[in-house]
Amino acid sequence: MATLSTFDVLALRREFPILQQQVNGKPLAFLDSGASSQKPRCVIEALDDYYRRYNANVHRGVYKLSEEATFAYERARGKVARFIGASSKREVIFTRNTTEAINLVAYAWGGANIRAGDRILLTMMEHHSNIVPWQMLAQRTGATLDYIGIDAEGRLCLDDLEQKLTPGVKLLAVTQQSNVLGTINPVALLAERAHAVGAKILIDGAQSVPHMPVDVRALGCDFLAFSGHKMCGPTGIGVLWARREILEAMPPFLGGGSMIEVVDLESSTYAGVPARFEAGTPAIGEAIALGEACDFLAGIGMDSIFQHEQELLGHALDRLASVEGLHIIGPHTTEQRGAALSFTLEGVHPHDVAAILDGEGVAVRAGHHCTQPLHRFYDVPATTRASFYIYNTAEEVDRLAAGLEKARKLFQ
Amino acid sequence: MDDMYREQILEHSKHPHNFGTLEEPSVSREEFNPLCGDRVRMDLQITDGVITDVRFSGRGCAISQASASLLTDELRGMKVEDAKVYRKEDLLELIGIPLAKNPVRLKCALLSLKALKAGLYGVGHIHDDDEEE
Repeated sequence: MATLSTFDVLALRREFPILQQQVNGKPLAFLDSGASSQKPRCVIEALDDYYRRYNANVHRGVYKLSEEATFAYERARGKVARFIGASSKREVIFTRNTTEAINLVAYAWGGANIRAGDRILLTMMEHHSNIVPWQMLAQRTGATLDYIGIDAEGRLCLDDLEQKLTPGVKLLAVTQQSNVLGTINPVALLAERAHAVGAKILIDGAQSVPHMPVDVRALGCDFLAFSGHKMCGPTGIGVLWARREILEAMPPFLGGGSMIEVVDLESSTYAGVPARFEAGTPAIGEAIALGEACDFLAGIGMDSIFQHEQELLGHALDRLASVEGLHIIGPHTTEQRGAALSFTLEGVHPHDVAAILDGEGVAVRAGHHCTQPLHRFYDVPATTRASFYIYNTAEEVDRLAAGLEKARKLFQ
Repeated sequence: MDDMYREQILEHSKHPHNFGTLEEPSVSREEFNPLCGDRVRMDLQITDGVITDVRFSGRGCAISQASASLLTDELRGMKVEDAKVYRKEDLLELIGIPLAKNPVRLKCALLSLKALKAGLYGVGHIHDDDEEE
């Protein structure tokens, strides 16, 4: 396991094999960690080690390999639980990703708790994965959806929250950090308000858990969903955390092996928590590697990671402000803002911006970033997004700015 | 990258030909790329089986706009029967940039052709050949 006593970004970069390459003849500046982060050597090795040395199914065999795999899989659950401050590892359910975690809540909890006429409250800055499952639930149950508005800077309108978060709302589902705006929402406050009207709160932590300290007990939330691959872990593994008593009362999501107790021909009884929500063979190696990623990040320190990204963000906000015709979508200061930076460049379509930056070895994302309602709100079809992580440097921010100048001149 | 932004593409994207809409088009069709939010609408005036006038509108990247601009130049005066079987390879040759290994930008380049075909065949939705890529 790689634990770094101090946060030396250049030393840290050496832990990421993929960053040691050239793209289009230039060193790779990877500024798309908001979509998926790169993986450190220890995570890649954990995955490799599982498949090479002790690959076997979990919770079944009484032989050595299966016992070892089960032990490592369950230990990873404990690592994840500690990483987010859960009071018990039984509150951690492994899913494929954030999307599946939210769908699990929408089907299992939503199916049992949402009725016709109930209201589900979202915000205008949600990712499609925190909109569509609720639309589908509303269509199944006759519940209605409402959205808390945002202001021009991309902050939640708290007045609008007061108007809309009233008795009758059964669930508030909100992102802790917008994947487009970078806005960090006051989720602890939102949890308090939600509970005051008898609503549950689900937090989409896909963009927050990788980047800042997240403690579910301090936040006071009911559900937290996040993905492994955005936090140095592998793809195919994500997490739903929920309070124990909520999980205990929830019916299953998918039916199949591992989630049962006794199966008769007509009906079955279900396993306890968390097995009830993990039907079928899980992503064993990926879960183990996610546990390793949690240790890796904790070893650096989530406070240090957040601080590093704040510094990069501050530098990026300064540099991008000097690019003519560039408009940032989202807050213009680092206050309550993470390091995802979306913008438009006058006269140059985001696809073209991204292609020109790619020519400079700078990888960014272009498009609507799975937030069509948000882009409609700002009346732009698409934006370019640079998102930073632990391994990015100020020099890479400078290369981004230089590439944007090049794009602007080409299309002048 | 430098191959992609050749003079012709930049010129057509900055000053597209046949940009706009027709007052009473015989065929009008808008297609949408959900990956990037780009839209291209094709308006055609058809008289006696011939495309007598054509306009495109919408917003998108330089590749999608230049491609639509080049395609509309081709279409004016073309028989509807020929337009219906206009091949994507022909349009790509016209665009003249290497996109074969770039499925994402290929979708941009072919958005106008998709609108044309969907409009002429009058179908609800045309699947890309490369949808699975």
